[in-house]
Amino acid sequence: MLELKNINKHFGDRHVTKDFSCKFDQGKTNLIIGESGSGKTVLLKCMVGLTQVDSGEVLYDGKDFIKMSIREKQHLRTEIGMLFQGGALFDSKTVEENVIFPLAMFTDMTQEQMLERANFCLERVNLKDVNHLYPSEISGGMKKRVAIARAISTSPKYLFCDEPNSGLDPKTSILIDKLIKEITLEFNITTIVITHDMNSVMEIGDKVVYICNQQKWWEGDNKTILHTDNKELNDFIYVSKFLRELKEKQA
Amino acid sequence: MEAIVKSFFFHTGRYFLMMRQVFSKPEKFGVYKKEFFHEVDNLGLNSLPIIAIISFFMGAVITIQAAYGFTSPWVPIYAVGFTARQSMILEFSPTMVSLILAGKVGSNIASEIGTMRVTEQIDALEIMGVNSRAFLILPKIAAFTLINPFLILISMFLGVIGGWIMGVITHVVTSYQYQTGIQYQFDPGNVTYALIKATVFAFIIASVSAYHGYYTDGGSLEVGRSSTKAVVYCSILILVFNFLLTQLLL
Repeated sequence: MLELKNINKHFGDRHVTKDFSCKFDQGKTNLIIGESGSGKTVLLKCMVGLTQVDSGEVLYDGKDFIKMSIREKQHLRTEIGMLFQGGALFDSKTVEENVIFPLAMFTDMTQEQMLERANFCLERVNLKDVNHLYPSEISGGMKKRVAIARAISTSPKYLFCDEPNSGLDPKTSILIDKLIKEITLEFNITTIVITHDMNSVMEIGDKVVYICNQQKWWEGDNKTILHTDNKELNDFIYVSKFLRELKEKQA
Repeated sequence: MEAIVKSFFFHTGRYFLMMRQVFSKPEKFGVYKKEFFHEVDNLGLNSLPIIAIISFFMGAVITIQAAYGFTSPWVPIYAVGFTARQSMILEFSPTMVSLILAGKVGSNIASEIGTMRVTEQIDALEIMGVNSRAFLILPKIAAFTLINPFLILISMFLGVIGGWIMGVITHVVTSYQYQTGIQYQFDPGNVTYALIKATVFAFIIASVSAYHGYYTDGGSLEVGRSSTKAVVYCSILILVFNFLLTQLLL
């Protein structure tokens, strides 16, 4: 389980996260939604230590990440998988080498075992015959799937996804969402997804946290979110004329 | 002025803090070894053609210019070969070739690491628990510091050969006179001095370029800026250390 307590973060005079507290459960896909510039990605980077928090606690199974030594942090990070917005695959390595990389770095597996594991992970994300291609030779959706395969190769306890659907068509987006959901259930991991895609919220949102004005504004799930009377959240969800009309018809 | 002093101490401090991380214990020796050999090929062997061409023709030009300048009957003609050898060993090969490599290898390292930074590849390494500074920079420093003295030796050899061939072809010196000149008062200590300079310059090129690449912040424009900064700072540091080492070793 991952818990955030009173997280605060400033960039100069600008407050990007105000007193954010939340619990994210194991075996569930936890979504953080909000408008662009609301501080979602900064919050995610604070959780994994890529950005230093000004104050607050980031508790991984009760242990504060911020107070850990560099070695302890490095050890914990071997239990973390992360899917970046652009995939962040290593350009100089093939798809197979990308997936094998964390295994080669942190396990004592033989080359055959690593290959077997890489093939399993690639098959798990429905990728075949791409092992020897470079990231520049595959599509955006495939890059995301390779990044998921790399993230799950070491069987992480925590999976962080930063806007996994950005730049993808609706069909591929739903495929990626379903994949994240399936992997979360299959490996019983704590998954945190940053998104502003309402399709993702409805598809996989076991828990949904809405950030507005740099703080937690609403918390619930994909069943309750459509019936909320929270004005800001409704403005966010029903931003298009089509959805507003649909809601009015349903009402 | 105050801002320049502050900036100097900020970057110097951050550079040494980075180097402390770079020289920490590798997570997996085998993975680093593979990266090391990759960098030997990428930074060292790929630089060989440009070094060979430049050194050969520079040796030729030094020979022709020396012959043009030595008009006094008191200066023996074999001094042409002696001048070509001394110029290549003492200054051209270790310093000028390193300055050229600061442009080629320095910009390569800075742009490669800078691109990794702006495309979040370095963040991905950190998230995996990899010491990104050590993983990305240590193999480059080790490989280039090891391979550069060999490149400089090849440069010296090709420069002297270039002077010989072109000197004979253009009839400014005979083969015998040139051979006499290049053997005249040969001091192996000069080669040692040149190789020490080559090693120090290689360390400067790899580490300073890596520093500028690693701390790139922004997008593709900043990658270009980091690459330019890397070449400028490497060149300045090479010239400063060239003076210091010459003062210390000769």
